[in-house]
Amino acid sequence: MNSIHDMGGMQGFGPVEPEQNEPVFHQTWEARLFGLLQSYSGPEYANQENWRYTIECMPPELYLSTSYYEHWYYGDAVPLVDSGMVTFDELRTGHVKNSLPRRDDAMRPEDVWPAIRKGGDGIRELEQSPRFSVGDLVRTNNLHPHGHTRLPRYARGKAGTIKALRGANVSPESNAHGLGENPEHVFNVEFLARELWGTQAASKDKVYLDLWESYLEPR
Amino acid sequence: MSSHDSNKISQLHRKLHHHLPSDPALRVKALESILVEKGLVDLATVDRYIEAYESKIGPQNGAIVVARAWVNPDYKRRLLEDGAAAISELGFGGQEGTQIVVLENTVKVHNLVVCTLCSCYPWPVLGLPPVWYKSAPYRSRAVIDPRGVLKDFGLILGDDVEIRVWDSTAETRYLVLPERPADTEGLSEDELAVLVTRDSMIGTDKLSA
Repeated sequence: MNSIHDMGGMQGFGPVEPEQNEPVFHQTWEARLFGLLQSYSGPEYANQENWRYTIECMPPELYLSTSYYEHWYYGDAVPLVDSGMVTFDELRTGHVKNSLPRRDDAMRPEDVWPAIRKGGDGIRELEQSPRFSVGDLVRTNNLHPHGHTRLPRYARGKAGTIKALRGANVSPESNAHGLGENPEHVFNVEFLARELWGTQAASKDKVYLDLWESYLEPR
Repeated sequence: MSSHDSNKISQLHRKLHHHLPSDPALRVKALESILVEKGLVDLATVDRYIEAYESKIGPQNGAIVVARAWVNPDYKRRLLEDGAAAISELGFGGQEGTQIVVLENTVKVHNLVVCTLCSCYPWPVLGLPPVWYKSAPYRSRAVIDPRGVLKDFGLILGDDVEIRVWDSTAETRYLVLPERPADTEGLSEDELAVLVTRDSMIGTDKLSA
């Protein structure tokens, strides 16, 4: 969806302000939240793509006025309430009210490092051949879906060149919305900065994106 | 029941935002209590995750990879061919980095990594991203004005240098291999690793000895 999270190319946010000797977490609650969200599974449909979509559905003024880890909180709290796993009153009070049977399958501490080392990602094997090869000239489609997408606005309808094949990834458009993984081949596409931004960009500069096959057409 | 309707989700965001305690620490405490009480979370697991990303997984891992590539041409070749495989030789890999592409900075080419849509970042080698990497100024400007962003970091590159910006839109994560600083021939691999900054592995810093 064309919302505030899709920031590439926007202007007016001011300079980047790096912090010297920045801690990993600035507040204890950020660390707790980070650890919590790694340690349990929400409703079945709330996969990585759906989690991103939930955050992208934040009203723009809330997205901009809340911190990064507050976004994470909403990314989990919204599907918990929406699915009925947790009620709004429980979130408000911190006390469990419903009578669902207590679960006994929580992730154990000894499973943390194996899970970190394994990684959970959207990389898949795909039998069908990729549609494009390195060197192929392509153009991105001019797509504006209402749902989740990983094709940023600034790269739509633009001419580029296939530079590498990245294997197959689950489809963001499909998997975010409970329609299955439907993996597609992903390609690294090179764009001249001037194709994206016009003559204000330096002539040598380039921008690279990893794009799903359905985002691309030959040119 | 669940909804994929953006209007409904948006309304839920507003309800939570306006009617839950405004202090995020209280909200997180409540969420933690509920998940524990429902048997969904073991607090020792939460502690283990925090410890892993506060003290074990961070840019010190990436620095070890970079220093190895500087002193060992065979390793560097493997690293540029298959980043994740070469990185796993040194004991790092996994979550948010099962597929890592390493980008070599040279006198003529400078690579810069961003995630314009959110915060994708190579956790196994750099840990969790700094606030500026996830901020609106960086995400908005890195792709349209990379030279201006680099100036914010005190880095001014000549017109003869080609800047390549990598927007992390899919599963692949990116690590920059910075140029080895001049006059470091006598240093050991461990001493070299100390010179490698986090920002040099994102592309917003160049190194000096």
